[in-house]
Amino acid sequence: MADISSALTEIVGKGYVSQQAQERYFYSQDPGLMQPHEPDYVVLPASADEVQRVVKLANEQKIPVVPRGGGLSLTGLAIPQRGGILVDMRRMDRILEVNERARYAVVEGGTSEGRIIAYLERHHPTLRHSIPDAPPQATLVGNAAIHGQGRLAQQYGFTSDMVTGLEVVLPTGELCKIGSCSMSPYWFSKGPPLPDMSGLFLGWIGTSGIITKIGFKLYPRKKLRDVETFVTDLPDLIPDIVFKLTHLEMVEDINIWFQPLPLMFKGNHHMDIYLTGDTDEELEFKRRMVWNALSEYIEAKDGGFMWLMPDVKPTFMEMPQKSIARFADVRKGGGFQYAGPIILVEKYPDCARKTEELGSKYKLGYSVMARMIGRGHCMMFGFAFTFNRANSDEMDRVRKALDEAIEFSLEHGGLPWKPTVDEQRAAMDMMDPNTLKLFGKLRKALDPNGIMNPGNWEVS
Amino acid sequence: MAEDYTKQIHRCFNCGYCKFDSTYSEFNCPSYVRFRFDTYSTSGRLWLINAWLRGEVQWDEHLGEILYTCVTCRNCAEQCIMRFSNDLVDWIIAARRDMMEKEQGKIPQRVGSFLEEIYRIGNPLKARMPRGEWADGVPGYSKGAEYLLYVGCLGSFDGKAREMAKSIATLLGLAGVSFGVLGDDEGCCGNEVRTLGEQTLFELLANNNIQQFRELGVRKVIAISPHSYHAMKNLYPALGADFEVLHYTQLLEQLVRDGQLKTRDTQAKVAYHDPCYLGRYNGIYDTPRQVLRGVPGLELVEMPRERQDAFCCGGGSGNFAMDLLEGSRDSPNRVRVREAYESGAAVLAVACPSCLTMLTSAVESEGLDDKLVVSDIGQILKQALVT
Amino acid sequence: MVELRFDEAKCEQCEGVNCLVRCKHLNLDVDTAREEMRKIINGQHSFVLDRCVTCYACEEYCPFGNHPFYLIVERQEQEGMLLAPRAITNQWINLCEPVGRYSVGKIQERALSLCYIPAFTDLVGGKLFEDVAASFFIGPEFFCNVVYLHFARASVIRERLPKVVENIAALGMKEVIFLHDECYGSFKSLAPAYGIPVPFKVTHYFEYLYDRLKQLSGQLKPLNMKVAYQRPCSSRLIPETDHYVDDIFSLLGVERVNRTYDRQNALCCSAIVRLNMGPEGRDMANDNQSKNIEDMLQAGVEHCVFNCPYCYMALSEKVAAKGVKPIHMIELCRLALGEEPAKGVMGYGRYQ
Ligand SMILES: Cc1cc2nc3c(=O)[nH]c(=O)nc-3n(C[C@H](O)[C@H](O)[C@H](O)COP(=O)(O)OP(=O)(O)OC[C@H]3O[C@@H](n4cnc5c(N)ncnc54)[C@H](O)[C@@H]3O)c2cc1C
Ligand code: SF4
Ligand code: SF4
Ligand code: SF4
Ligand code: SF4
Repeated sequence: MADISSALTEIVGKGYVSQQAQERYFYSQDPGLMQPHEPDYVVLPASADEVQRVVKLANEQKIPVVPRGGGLSLTGLAIPQRGGILVDMRRMDRILEVNERARYAVVEGGTSEGRIIAYLERHHPTLRHSIPDAPPQATLVGNAAIHGQGRLAQQYGFTSDMVTGLEVVLPTGELCKIGSCSMSPYWFSKGPPLPDMSGLFLGWIGTSGIITKIGFKLYPRKKLRDVETFVTDLPDLIPDIVFKLTHLEMVEDINIWFQPLPLMFKGNHHMDIYLTGDTDEELEFKRRMVWNALSEYIEAKDGGFMWLMPDVKPTFMEMPQKSIARFADVRKGGGFQYAGPIILVEKYPDCARKTEELGSKYKLGYSVMARMIGRGHCMMFGFAFTFNRANSDEMDRVRKALDEAIEFSLEHGGLPWKPTVDEQRAAMDMMDPNTLKLFGKLRKALDPNGIMNPGNWEVS
Repeated sequence: MAEDYTKQIHRCFNCGYCKFDSTYSEFNCPSYVRFRFDTYSTSGRLWLINAWLRGEVQWDEHLGEILYTCVTCRNCAEQCIMRFSNDLVDWIIAARRDMMEKEQGKIPQRVGSFLEEIYRIGNPLKARMPRGEWADGVPGYSKGAEYLLYVGCLGSFDGKAREMAKSIATLLGLAGVSFGVLGDDEGCCGNEVRTLGEQTLFELLANNNIQQFRELGVRKVIAISPHSYHAMKNLYPALGADFEVLHYTQLLEQLVRDGQLKTRDTQAKVAYHDPCYLGRYNGIYDTPRQVLRGVPGLELVEMPRERQDAFCCGGGSGNFAMDLLEGSRDSPNRVRVREAYESGAAVLAVACPSCLTMLTSAVESEGLDDKLVVSDIGQILKQALVT
Repeated sequence: MVELRFDEAKCEQCEGVNCLVRCKHLNLDVDTAREEMRKIINGQHSFVLDRCVTCYACEEYCPFGNHPFYLIVERQEQEGMLLAPRAITNQWINLCEPVGRYSVGKIQERALSLCYIPAFTDLVGGKLFEDVAASFFIGPEFFCNVVYLHFARASVIRERLPKVVENIAALGMKEVIFLHDECYGSFKSLAPAYGIPVPFKVTHYFEYLYDRLKQLSGQLKPLNMKVAYQRPCSSRLIPETDHYVDDIFSLLGVERVNRTYDRQNALCCSAIVRLNMGPEGRDMANDNQSKNIEDMLQAGVEHCVFNCPYCYMALSEKVAAKGVKPIHMIELCRLALGEEPAKGVMGYGRYQ
């Protein structure tokens, strides 16, 4: 379709549109295991205005539009299931404002986590945001668009809970502001005290519009940060331990991991408990509180703190933690994927045993990575499996293991996080019918032509 | 390596750590910065090469362009978090080699003519003048001289780089160093040829040089270009070379330290641009800075991206001549001179003839002519010399 | 399986019961000590087994070369005691399980054991090691296993050590230089105590350094430093090597300050105490560490010289925070030779 291509070129400029086989091939997939599907065009807009014009064109032509940030969801959420226009947002990566006193920042819709990390570090060293462990090319909007969780999730919840305002190109092409910024120069609230409409976009994986700006909360960054790793061989104790730790209201992040290799880690569940403080005294006080809270387990010899020697500690302190992505290559295969339901912490022991079972059933390298969200309110439990990209049989086995893991989690009252298309269907099957009906109405109202990331959350 | 890469290349996870500098402040892969499609990033290339190997993507001009816009700057090798990080650029080169054989005649036109020129006339710059023309007044190498000064193709033919070569020769002369150049008899070092995938031609060029140096009894070579330095120091030994190789800044640093070159007060704010083949390839970051620091009054300012994180000028892998990344505000040389200017420098110091050419032309494109001067360390030192 | 050769007869004639009387963690009079020792020997329960913090000191205190500490560990295990929590104990046992992840250089007559401590690779460069650096081995297959004394798991040692001796011997060298007191101690003290023959010459790296420094003496620049020396617990197994510290220091022009916590009165780095016990162990560890560092400050030193890598890892950041620069013995020697310091986890380069 030469006319669409030239219309797109007209909008974003030469050099920023491609319908070549190579770009279509690359943008048909993500690092995960989902079935690829090629876009017809890949465009790189530089402004909200360009995004608007692309969306309007798509409406006229009734062709799909799929926004993409880092493309790192692993569950294929930015794979254009019906082709159309793939919008790579990453030329829109300016940091527009940091309000230091009100502790919020506003950035463009394609700004990478990496850039935000570096910018705050350089210009606002007393502030931080909730950094996920996704590789730094992940975008903050992408993370909010899938209800991601970062380093501050235990304290302040999902990334989407921290949003303070949005600018969105609606599926019909209008540019719309959400939250305080809709009537005030300040981006401090995503809704309250107004009716909160941010829920129409956050977590909607690009099916309800393209976010071109996002405001988000910043939090105090203490001068010191440390980690203590508590280790136990009894998974059944973990919900209790988490309850005690969250009761303290003193720890930053709590991550739990469990993996059979290297041998040193075999059979043990490791809880990384992060602490922050402005002085040694503050930090030491918190450490002591943590040790005291867990002393009964130590005295019973059921658990203890492991020695993180200086050669391994930096691995734990990195943000994002590179070792998570390195899991892809532990068996020299270049791939990994996880099913990461959001589920109650009390399900940890069952889920951990299930991961082990799936690992041995499908003969896979596995790892559990769980992140606490809120004061024990729930967690992201990651059933992670590594695979070799050159071994299609192994890739199939991982798909099966992930399907089973999700099925298991839903049976246990969990919700699928960043669900694949199939998992979305399963979720909709389980949903209260009136909820589903409302969902369908909203989708129809927002996106009458069904052009936004179609194939996802399709209410039939 | 060429056989090996096909069994490894699927290991790239496409996580994209390789796109950044070490602080994540900027994208640091020059071709990604220029084109902004993921296909032009490291992982884009690796995935496309893998797809080509598996028959999922066909070879065409566009794939050629994607492959050859990698300037082999090694930022990705520095930043990739996986155990194979060190091999990344070699994989890309190996794939070019492979394609050169399997997809004969389909390489991008500019790459083809680059190689052809070297093959036919011994340099890629289409220069027909005698190679030694620049060296008027510079001693030719004669048996027994301590050093051979090797200036390379740019040093022999490119206007700016010739001045650079000349300054270095002058400095060596003034310091009483026993040296000489090969003039008309000098041949291309072959580094770029190798990175473009023409291994056979590289070996031919390298063997010629090794044999010539041996016949002349050369024991120590001073290379002007970090690219030649790298090839001669790290790749020639496998082909039988056993001479010592220095980059010219290493010798200058010694001469300054030993008091053989003395400088006077020179007020200038200077930013130093680390060349990839000196820095990331060979870990030499301090020596050139020491030369600059040795000039009294000269203030060395650092750009945000320096040393391991330096943003490449975009001239590597033949692009100083082919310039496949030209034509945009986002062309790496233009991005880099803006960065230098914003860091407050009035002089952008370089230590590589490629960088010199690339950045000089970018200053013009950016309209910074009267605000920023690109100058090589030899020229800066020469101007500051007490004579 | 090999067994501990403990000579009860020596204890019967022993008047001072130095082993337990001098123990800094027990505070016993001679009679109680004798009674408790008797129980331990007879396999009855003694509170000593509970209160021992595995500091190794009694091995040194026994004037008759008996092995009170090894016996204590045997008994602790027989009683099924866990010193550290189960998860931690298993973690350490699994950590050094030989699974074929070792590395061997070009072995010559003389070889260098890097034990299973990768941080050593960083240190063994330069002139000091130029003759032996290439002839190295590293990996769990060659791991001395002494550390399980801290975990009441003598059985792991009994099971693995003979095999380790075999593995090393099979590499075919005549002499091995050990870079860690634990390793040296394991082949010089533990192996004989368990009747395991060691078919190669066992050399402590202090001795190696000392000889090498003498050869290089022309190139040495006196450091003129006052330093604190952190004597490790494993030095208690081999007190005969301690004099090398003074010998080396005198070659380097370094003064080992007199301070409370050195020599026989050395204070343990407390890394293991911290691991093995609950909050009170942690308090004890913090307390020991601050007393130790305070003592260094009192003595007015700028450097603390480490011998054991684990002491280094446990204390380096803490001493540095108080303005005392940590330096490993090897780095100290390299400093006097004017060599570039290493930059890795045990490198002095981090603190220059
Ligand atoms: C190694 C690894 C570790 C990870 N760790 C974490 C972690 O700790 N926490 C966590 O939360 N996640 C994690 N992830 C998952 C994921 O990478 C992150 O959530 C990431 O932030 C997603 O951002 P992205 O830019 O890659 O989004 P993409 O994958 O590009 O997009 C995600 C969804 O958002 C939509 N979208 C993208 N941009 C826009 C826009 N401008 N407007 C509207 N919709 C848009 C897309 O269409 C897609 O549906 C991890 C992934 C990997 C590979
Ligand atoms: S080259 Fe390395 S860092 Fe880059 S995407 Fe591949 S695995 Fe990740
Ligand atoms: S070598 Fe440089 S240009 Fe090539 S892929 Fe790596 S970072 Fe990009
Ligand atoms: S072990 Fe030694 S000191 Fe202790 S009682 Fe026996 S002989 Fe005496
Ligand atoms: S090892 Fe230490 S604590 Fe234990 S009994 Fe011997 S001296 Fe006392």
